[in-house]
Amino acid sequence: MAKKKNKKKEASSQLGKKKETAREKMIGQSIGYRYDVNLLPDYKKITPFLKKYIEAMGWDDLNWLEDVHMGYEEGKPAVFCRNANGWVTIPKSIKLPNNQQDRDMIARELLVKFQMSPKHPLVDLKKAYLKF
Amino acid sequence: MANLKNVTKKTKAQAMGMHSEVLTGRTQQKFFNPDEAENFYYFGTYDVDFNKRTDLDVKNLTAAEANKELDNLMSQGYGTIVIKNPQGKHSLGVGILNKLNLIFEGSLGYFGMGSSDGPIVRINGRVGWSCAENLMAGKVVIEKNAGSCFGAAIRGGDLICKGSVGARTGIDMKGGTIIIGGDAGAFTGFMMQRGRIIILGDVGINLGDSMYDGTIFVGGEIGSYGSDAVDSELTQSDQDWLRRKLRVAEIGENFDVSKMKKIVAGKKLWNYDNLEPAEKKGAI
Repeated sequence: MAKKKNKKKEASSQLGKKKETAREKMIGQSIGYRYDVNLLPDYKKITPFLKKYIEAMGWDDLNWLEDVHMGYEEGKPAVFCRNANGWVTIPKSIKLPNNQQDRDMIARELLVKFQMSPKHPLVDLKKAYLKF
Repeated sequence: MANLKNVTKKTKAQAMGMHSEVLTGRTQQKFFNPDEAENFYYFGTYDVDFNKRTDLDVKNLTAAEANKELDNLMSQGYGTIVIKNPQGKHSLGVGILNKLNLIFEGSLGYFGMGSSDGPIVRINGRVGWSCAENLMAGKVVIEKNAGSCFGAAIRGGDLICKGSVGARTGIDMKGGTIIIGGDAGAFTGFMMQRGRIIILGDVGINLGDSMYDGTIFVGGEIGSYGSDAVDSELTQSDQDWLRRKLRVAEIGENFDVSKMKKIVAGKKLWNYDNLEPAEKKGAI
């Protein structure tokens, strides 16, 4: 029974992780997705922050955030920021659930907070290069 | 002249420095700060009020002048803008990176609302080619028909056409949702990589040709399937989401989503790992 429990725990901790192939090691990039990009959001899991964000933007649903999922970068949970063109790694202090729908909602919330932060890399870029 | 021997020994690729190419770059590493405050404002955008409304007559303006005036109105805090007499001008409303409620009283030409990020747009007419190309976020609703390449390369947001659309709808799309109340032309979802297309009517030949990923839902008849487009099972989760999305799109209120067909990529074209070195070798 204890063995079964351990196996279950091990499987859940490996969510979104996979060993790199030799080819991936060589080119230093991931090939293909390690999570289901077609997973539709479960609106019952939406967080209060996301509700406020949708209201502030005047939308009816998650809109572009429907395509945001919790992935990983170098074995660590991360969310891809299209504005910074890079993965934003989730710190260990944030405990993540094992359910992908819950993880995706957290990813969406963290991404919005990251993009609206004055420390977002695009802020410096805009200050330096914005023409009009 | 002295180096001629060395130069002729090198292949073309070596001379270009490709032999020393090192593909080790990861994406830039950024760490999320858990102490980030709640803030509903993107840097560089205007703080507009949806209740502050104005009209803009673009009859005697060029597209560039009209777009500049739109920007000017947003800078004054107008959150709802009604564009009068668009008269089928091309490239109207492009590059709006702001939350905004925008209404066009008429039809648009080519490339209307391209590269937008955030606005809610209603077009009370038709649109030409490549409407909302590269849409990042927001909602664009077209009350009548749309031309070819509708929603080409969109990354996110909802793009809705209550009428019918031309060929190559959603070509190369990388996210977002395209919803069509009527019929769609040939090569719908051509080379799509991600995102979702919903067609309540019929669709032409080569549906989802060379699609890498993403999902297409069809309510009517399919002309033919494109290369690597295959049927998939419509789940309860799909049906719930479809009902919700159609409510948002204000169409298909009584449409029976349980009878829709779901088309996905067969993933037989996922050959990057094997194909890439071979292609590289051929190029060298």
